[in-house]
Amino acid sequence: MLTLDGLSKTYRTGDSALSDVTLSVPKGQIMGLIGPSGAGKSTLIRCINRLVEPTAGRILLNDVNLVGLGKSDLRRQRRRIGMIFQEYALVERLTVMENVLSGRLGYVPFWRSFLRKYPEFDIQRAYQLLDRVGLIDHADKRSDALSGGQRQRVGIARALAQDPELLLVDEPTASLDPKTSRQIMRLLTEVCAERGLPAIVNIHDVPLAQQFMQRIVGLRAGRVVFDGPPDRLKEDALTTIYGEEDWNTMRQGEEEQSQAEADARDRIAALAQ
Amino acid sequence: MTEITRYNQFWSHRTQRERLALWIGWLALVALFVWCWQIMTTDTIWFFVSDAPRQAADIGSRMVPPRWSYISELWVPLWDTLNIATLGTLGGVIMAVPVAFLAARNTTPSATVLRPIALFIIVASRSINSLIWALLLVAIIGPGLLAGIVAIALRSIGFVGKLLYEAIEETDTSQTEAIEATGASGLQVLNYGIVPQIMPAFWGITVFRWDINIRESTILGLVGAGGIGLKLQASLNTLAWSQVSVILLLILATVVLSEWVSARVRHAII
Repeated sequence: MLTLDGLSKTYRTGDSALSDVTLSVPKGQIMGLIGPSGAGKSTLIRCINRLVEPTAGRILLNDVNLVGLGKSDLRRQRRRIGMIFQEYALVERLTVMENVLSGRLGYVPFWRSFLRKYPEFDIQRAYQLLDRVGLIDHADKRSDALSGGQRQRVGIARALAQDPELLLVDEPTASLDPKTSRQIMRLLTEVCAERGLPAIVNIHDVPLAQQFMQRIVGLRAGRVVFDGPPDRLKEDALTTIYGEEDWNTMRQGEEEQSQAEADARDRIAALAQ
Repeated sequence: MTEITRYNQFWSHRTQRERLALWIGWLALVALFVWCWQIMTTDTIWFFVSDAPRQAADIGSRMVPPRWSYISELWVPLWDTLNIATLGTLGGVIMAVPVAFLAARNTTPSATVLRPIALFIIVASRSINSLIWALLLVAIIGPGLLAGIVAIALRSIGFVGKLLYEAIEETDTSQTEAIEATGASGLQVLNYGIVPQIMPAFWGITVFRWDINIRESTILGLVGAGGIGLKLQASLNTLAWSQVSVILLLILATVVLSEWVSARVRHAII
């Protein structure tokens, strides 16, 4: 279980990215974090594993306060938190297997990681995870040889290799096409359910969030303005999160897109006849 | 189409004022050139200048035909030269790598103390030519191959260090962040996040420097630091022009070969 208590972040420029965010994510819950760009979604999940230093508040992961930990304690806590990135953030020139095994870096001594001599158990687990995400045949490929969806699967396997107690997921589908996005979201929700893993997923695609999340938190200008199940996320809630104007443009864009898609479908159907 | 007459027919790239400024600029440049020419030539003895083509033709005629039999004496010094370049590059790279990591803003352990020191090492090494390093080292450790190797190594630190630290600073931070987020230690982040990203640059820089070092090591013998330069100096001192031409041709062939090798290696990496 993860608890944020009065979490705030003010950047050195004086911009307040998060103010007084308090929420908790119980075991096994997948929470979607939505909001306009600049609302502090990325800052929030980066504060949790302290890629960004919070200015105030507490972060409790199963009763350990992550704020104010020293270097080596922070390393030990970071092992418990898997992170999945927007642009995959795989080490491009390393193989798929090396990328998955890099999830074990917090557990193995330097010489093992340097010589790529990982413990047999870790290697077995890595193969198992690659099999789970459907990439076991690609283990020895260089990761820049994979497609976007495949890379994100490697990203998921790397995060799971850490044996995490929490997943932080930053815009997992932002660089993927709609179909692959759904596949990745399905995979994410499945692996979380299998392990009873809590997860925080930053996502800007509202329909996708409604389809896959168990709970949605809306962030606007660094404050929580909505917190509830996806079916309670209605017109008025979305207007509060995105603001009148933005929400209308977003919805319009959505409508135009679905119209265009329907149009394309009709034409293909006409061609097929 | 009648409409078109409403528009101006004239357009010029520069305004009147700019054209005038440009013209004055060129005039000033020509005046400067004439003035400098006068200063340069006050001490020239024109007899020697007019004699130059004859002298050149004379030396040229002594250089041909090259004394090819001399080449048998050159293989060992040439081998020495290649060794100076290769071992010097190796030593330089070994010393440059830690310096580069200390100098790069994103990997330096201390931006206030160690980084300026590393930058100073790089600048110091780069500002002194190999030949001058060799002169100093021949005086310190005596003439011979070792002085040449150390001279090449010291000169290479700056070059390799500078290019490598720039490559380190240009690495993609998201890949490094992802490794940090797994709970990896500082060394592990370097090993997994940074090193794979700079490998192509590293090999490119190393081979490029090796190629430069082959050229530089051919002249180190002039100051007593071993290699084919020693033979060149000896031949020049005894006015054995037909041997000089053999040495120059051999150096040319070696440099062409090393350029070819370095181009092939760089092509294979990038």
